[in-house]
Amino acid sequence: MRKGFSAFNVTALVLGFTFLYVPILLLVIYSFNASRLVTVWGGFSTEWYWKLLENDQLLDAAWVTLRVAFISASVATVLGTLAAIALTRYGRFTGRTLFSGMIYAPLVMPDVITGLSLLLLFVAVNFDRGFWTITLAHITFTMCFVCVVVQSRLVTFDRSLEEAALDLGCPPLRTFFVITLPIILPAVVSGWMLAFTLSLDDLVIASFTTGPGATTLPMRIYSQVRLGVTPEINAICTILIAIVTVVVVSASIVTKRQEIERQKAERLAAAGVME
Amino acid sequence: MARSNRERWLVVAIPYLWLAALFLVPFFIVFKISLSQDVTAQPPYEPVFDLSGGWDVIRDALGQLNFDNYSYVLSWDNEFLMAYVSSLKIAAISTFLLLLVGYPIAYAMARAPKSIRPTLLMLVILPFWTSFLIRVYSWIGILSPEGLLNQFLSWLGAIDQPLELLNTDTAVYIGIVYSYLPFMILPLYSALEKMDETLLEAAADLGCPPLAAFWKITWPLSLPGVFAGCLLCFIPAVGEFVIPDLLGGSDTMMIGKSLWTEFSVNRSWTVASAVAVLLLIVLVVPIVFYQNIQQRQMEGR
Amino acid sequence: MSSGVAEKTQTTIGGIRRTFAPWTDPSAVHLIRYRNVTKRFGSFTAVDDLSLDIYEREFFALLGPSGCGKTTLMRMLAGFEEPTSGQITLAGEDLVGTPPYRRPVNMMFQSYALFPHMSVWDNIAFGLKQDGMGKPDIAVRVEEMLRLVKLEAFARRKPHQLSGGQRQRVALARSLAKRPKVLLLDEPLGALDKKLREETQFELMDIQMKLGMTFLIVTHDQEEAMTVADRIAVMDHGKLIQVAPPAVIYEQPASRYVAGFVGDVNLMAGRVESNQNGLVTVRTGSGGDSAGMRLAVAQEVQTGAGDEVWVAVRPEKVRVDREPPADTNVNCVSGEVWDIGYLGDLSVYHIELADGTRVKAVRPNLTRMVERPITWEDKVWVSWTPDAGVVLTR
Repeated sequence: MRKGFSAFNVTALVLGFTFLYVPILLLVIYSFNASRLVTVWGGFSTEWYWKLLENDQLLDAAWVTLRVAFISASVATVLGTLAAIALTRYGRFTGRTLFSGMIYAPLVMPDVITGLSLLLLFVAVNFDRGFWTITLAHITFTMCFVCVVVQSRLVTFDRSLEEAALDLGCPPLRTFFVITLPIILPAVVSGWMLAFTLSLDDLVIASFTTGPGATTLPMRIYSQVRLGVTPEINAICTILIAIVTVVVVSASIVTKRQEIERQKAERLAAAGVME
Repeated sequence: MARSNRERWLVVAIPYLWLAALFLVPFFIVFKISLSQDVTAQPPYEPVFDLSGGWDVIRDALGQLNFDNYSYVLSWDNEFLMAYVSSLKIAAISTFLLLLVGYPIAYAMARAPKSIRPTLLMLVILPFWTSFLIRVYSWIGILSPEGLLNQFLSWLGAIDQPLELLNTDTAVYIGIVYSYLPFMILPLYSALEKMDETLLEAAADLGCPPLAAFWKITWPLSLPGVFAGCLLCFIPAVGEFVIPDLLGGSDTMMIGKSLWTEFSVNRSWTVASAVAVLLLIVLVVPIVFYQNIQQRQMEGR
Repeated sequence: MSSGVAEKTQTTIGGIRRTFAPWTDPSAVHLIRYRNVTKRFGSFTAVDDLSLDIYEREFFALLGPSGCGKTTLMRMLAGFEEPTSGQITLAGEDLVGTPPYRRPVNMMFQSYALFPHMSVWDNIAFGLKQDGMGKPDIAVRVEEMLRLVKLEAFARRKPHQLSGGQRQRVALARSLAKRPKVLLLDEPLGALDKKLREETQFELMDIQMKLGMTFLIVTHDQEEAMTVADRIAVMDHGKLIQVAPPAVIYEQPASRYVAGFVGDVNLMAGRVESNQNGLVTVRTGSGGDSAGMRLAVAQEVQTGAGDEVWVAVRPEKVRVDREPPADTNVNCVSGEVWDIGYLGDLSVYHIELADGTRVKAVRPNLTRMVERPITWEDKVWVSWTPDAGVVLTR
């Protein structure tokens, strides 16, 4: 039956993943290069990592970025979850088409348009540009991603669970907090993580909406990258990649382990061993 | 359930108003500024609507709005039109390449043993979680004349002159394909994975050879994923700025880069706005298409 | 099946057989009353100007195909839907406008809707906690419910660690824990396999009797409705077609629709020739000429000569003989065996009559004989007594 996993398929996967991972791997390897020339291997060294610790500008930028990402991801998660509930639960309400349009359009809108339009808004209302304008801009575009993630969980949500809670005397708001939220929590958490990384990652929108004193890490990296490849940039990139990899891989291992436990329990129950 | 109506209203109104204020209203502001003129002031455009000035002041300001920026942008003397065309071309070719590269990977993932599918999926998503900027940056070191690719090729003896790759359109294609690949693979994978494999067995049983079965069964059934993936890549690629800026050459023209240059180098917010409005007009049809697909996927029952 | 049904309306209390039939008692007070209830979804009318009374301690079944409005009728009682017009009262109190979380009814869901992140114990305690019941009281009640459904050993399990049958019992315990005035059961056994379903039907009846509660069940399974219910309401297109005890539904269906939906039936169209002294004679065929068969039905029915009617005969009431029966010539025609279905306990004979009508007859296989005396293409006589058939006017 599963003879379909042919040589063609294996080749496609090997080539595909090579393409995806080789550039990142090279970047990581060359961050340990002793030579300042990034394309010539001059022996193993961790020199550039120590240099990073002395680079106050980069550390400042990293700190700004983390704060922006944390605040914007958290607010975006709340707003995006509300929007997902509105879209999946409330059927047709006035202005629904416009609403879903405003949710889905930012997913594909080129960053330069979003960035410019938000900047002009902040200028028009005379809002001091800086940390908070970046945060507001990030909330706006990341909440749409959160909404889509949560929405795809909510469409498969068995609504009779909520009805059962109401039926047993639990008012709607409490039902949301004790039944709905715990069950959709994994989707909400991955929505938050997505918003967090999108915010960490964003260069264009932040560049438009920033003001004096608020420089994010991508902006700092970008201004250095334009001057050429340096091992320090390789080093900071490696650190970022390592953090993301550890978080994503451990998150997926935890969910995988839970899934295995669950399947085991279900098999045992089905086999009647537990009865 | 009349009592819960207020809660319902809040659930809709909070995100609705947020998006209206920070996504919808800004477009009107962009449009208004695209009709204004540059001045050396703060803000760097006029007229500025002063609502406290009363009706006469507003009417006076309205009278100052004009389409000069548009005739500037749309003139063949300035390279904006070429940039629009070139952006659409680069985005279209990149999207086609993405489909060509992404489809076999998505197909192989969907046909892989069920037990390793989650791992494969994670391997595709993982690069997406790492910074976009980093992924583009990593190609500079590979594509530069003394870069790793040229070193590798001359070590193989395939070339004796380093290839000119960095700062060309080729580098832009590679950059776009590389950074957008997960966006192409994921919708394709979810469309292909849903497909019932007994359909292919039925086709084979009825005398259809595998390749014909692919074109007659698998491909048509994966079309929703193909459309979603292509739009998800094409639309942002048209307005791409970072990739042509870092990997492209001085003759690589993309409208996102023109907009950025107009805004940050030439400091003309009004022309940048006109460029943005025209870009939005170009993209409005694919965006509406994308929204329909997204909506059908989320709510189609 | 039908033998048990006849006694279903009788309960044994204190050793005395007593008939439970409050619907025949004009002084009985209804517990649930639907009055002219209509529910529309857009242009679709799910429930159409429907009135119905249900009495205390009754096990009442709503039976019908999917889309007939039975679930909507139940969900309006639970409060998940509000009627477009009409009134629903429970113990004399108007329910319309009361949200589901303030109604003294509980529901067992088709999907069971067990909260996946809570243990069996917490699922059962959920409703009691909402009422602000004290912790010791909750513990006592939950233990009692666990005993009732025989799941004491599973209190700490999560729903996904249970088998389908166990989940079903947790759902039942959870909806019973609050001692609701009415328990609503939405296709409660639909997800169980046939054997478990039959067992559970009797368990449900037991529990209902033990607790003395009113149960309202929605089902599309006619056998299930016949087994468990005191009364059945057959629904179609948002209207009640017949409300009666199972035996009446089966033996005296009000219409062709009911006759066909509940059990198997032979329907023969014809016109009334005469209706005298409780004996109706019907000439089959559409023309009303002498071509058709002449059928006799012993029944008191409002119909006159020339009316278009249908004679319904249940297959188990049709006799099949190889020779013309000597004792009777009423309702007796010859035909040919066209098909036989051997079911083990029963055999189903499809017999084609001279005029092309096909009649179904069911015979119990009383002996271990492998070769049945009647086989394909045999010439046979089919017959039934005048009190076997029933005349339907619609």
